[in-house]
Amino acid sequence: MTAPETRIRSVPMGEGPSGPAPKSLSTARIGIYAFLFISALFFLLPLYVMVVTSIKPMEEIRLGGIFALPTTVTFEPWVKAWSSACTGLDCRGISPGFWNSVKILVPSVICSIFVGALTGYALSFWRVRGANLLFAALLLGAFLPYQVFIYPLVRIYSATGLFSTIYALVLTHVIFGLPVMTLLFRNYYAGIPVDLFKAARVDGGRFFSIFFRLMLPMSIPMLVVALILQVTGIWNDFIMGLTFGGLANRPMTVQLTNLVAPTEGEIAYNVNMAATIMTAAVPLIVYFISGRWFVRGIAAGAVKG
Amino acid sequence: MSSVSIRNLQISFGALNVLETLDLEVQEGEFIVLLGPSGCGKSTLLNAIAGLLDITEGQIWIDGRNVTWAEPHERGIGMVFQSYALYPRLTVEGNLSFGLKMSGMPKAEIARRVLEAARILQLEHLLQRQPAQLSGGQRQRVAIGRALVRNAKVLLFDEPLSNLDAKLRTELRVEIKRLHKSLGSTMIFVTHDQVEALTLADRVAVMHKGVIQQLATSKEIYQRPINRFVAGFVGSPQMNFLPGTLVRRENATCFRLRDGSEVNLTGYVFSRPFADGQAATLGIRPEQALLRPSEHQHPDRLEAVFTIEEPMGPDTLLWGTLAGESFSVRISSDQTPVIGAKTDLYVNMAQASLFDEAGDRL
Repeated sequence: MTAPETRIRSVPMGEGPSGPAPKSLSTARIGIYAFLFISALFFLLPLYVMVVTSIKPMEEIRLGGIFALPTTVTFEPWVKAWSSACTGLDCRGISPGFWNSVKILVPSVICSIFVGALTGYALSFWRVRGANLLFAALLLGAFLPYQVFIYPLVRIYSATGLFSTIYALVLTHVIFGLPVMTLLFRNYYAGIPVDLFKAARVDGGRFFSIFFRLMLPMSIPMLVVALILQVTGIWNDFIMGLTFGGLANRPMTVQLTNLVAPTEGEIAYNVNMAATIMTAAVPLIVYFISGRWFVRGIAAGAVKG
Repeated sequence: MSSVSIRNLQISFGALNVLETLDLEVQEGEFIVLLGPSGCGKSTLLNAIAGLLDITEGQIWIDGRNVTWAEPHERGIGMVFQSYALYPRLTVEGNLSFGLKMSGMPKAEIARRVLEAARILQLEHLLQRQPAQLSGGQRQRVAIGRALVRNAKVLLFDEPLSNLDAKLRTELRVEIKRLHKSLGSTMIFVTHDQVEALTLADRVAVMHKGVIQQLATSKEIYQRPINRFVAGFVGSPQMNFLPGTLVRRENATCFRLRDGSEVNLTGYVFSRPFADGQAATLGIRPEQALLRPSEHQHPDRLEAVFTIEEPMGPDTLLWGTLAGESFSVRISSDQTPVIGAKTDLYVNMAQASLFDEAGDRL
């Protein structure tokens, strides 16, 4: 061991700056914060109006000041929107739509992610003949507007007796989710070293056992991303629910439109706002809970390992 | 009976032939190293033996069974990869037992085998760790352990030491050699590192462009390379190549260099006949040229001029030219070389190599 004082330090320190430069709050940084603050304000303003309006009684709304804070706070519009607002002759509020949406959402999300992950896994590890062609075809599907498929799908579902059932809706969501889900998982698995897959094959893994025991547990970041994408997409879907669900399976979005559509008499803005917030709440909550994972998942796909 | 037998193997990707009609017989308990530059097909061959790659033509036999169409896990092999390929999110124990669980082995037997492998590789205290918490050397030991628990008769190594730093590489190399001695299983080891190849192998297969150039012991490969590729690829610094012609004299055979000087080839054992005046290349390894003649040596000498001296510790490398060709010599570090002036070199021709114009050994 050498004692510290024997360390060779023959060059003396000069005058002036030494060590790291001090950090200062520059004008550019102030500008960035100002911009961020104004943007946040801009995007939050509509939400503020919605929340404030939904807890005001109608008398206050008639006064006009949409930015004003409520003088009397009431949650009656929320209760009414949930359980007793009328869409046409049906006066059960928006709650049946909520439960319909849940019934559509859960199987659709699970099936579409599962099928997408499985396809992505098969495409990237099991060099299937024509895999690239298949993948290109799938990608093409992701770029076509899905409105063009509606009529053919209606014909197919009515011919097979699926029309107006929840199965038709789930199937539709799975099919339309497939291209993006496959793309997502294929790219994620492309970043996993192929040696890992080879090792699993030498260890006796087969198609499904490698997928379930090795690949799926490794894909948690990507599963979260897929979950957010699919929950948001399927919950917010309007046109599929309107077209294929039939009267009994209307999702919340369709019911919301019927609820807020102008009818005779006074428009209950507070009820409408409450119903809208409730409809938007599910994707928002999912986002808030897993937003960190979302960003992490996207980055994890880009960086190897 | 041979342990692994490759018969007439051919592998092509589209129009590209990666391996062309390759035959290889590996004896039971033998340590074979496949050595070659990147892209020579050595990893392709290993993957084909493991069953991880579709072959175009030929057969693969392991332990007396034709496994050409068998799945990787049915072939009785264990494999270690360059990138370790440990399963993330599984502990060391989970990694070791993964394959055994897949095959539905009873729990007690799995535990016994995992402990046995952990004992051999000194991994007992790491069993509950995640791969991310291990160092490179420990990871590679786990990867070897994963191949061991399968009790495979044939172990395949795909450049397992390339990702490790120099010190660990040497340690693990010795460990693999020791493992081979104690287990007695057949090992096939792919590397582009000639030191690994020469130190580990019972026999080295030097590959180039999808063809095994020479399959022989380390000593044979180094001392009697079968062609210029093998001679140039094995050995560092590279063997010196001096172009010239063979000249038959009354009582001896001489080699005439480009600058007109001649050396006597007495002592060189020709493996086939040659013609007078035939163009050839004389190959001399850096340590085969001496600054002073040894006792029994023919007094013929070569004249070189050295310009650069590289002290390496135990020995010193000299770089310069001989008959217009670049030439290097390894001398022991207690000798003092002459830099910048003509130096006499003495070569024992019995150790040198001669190649014809096609590059094959004469």
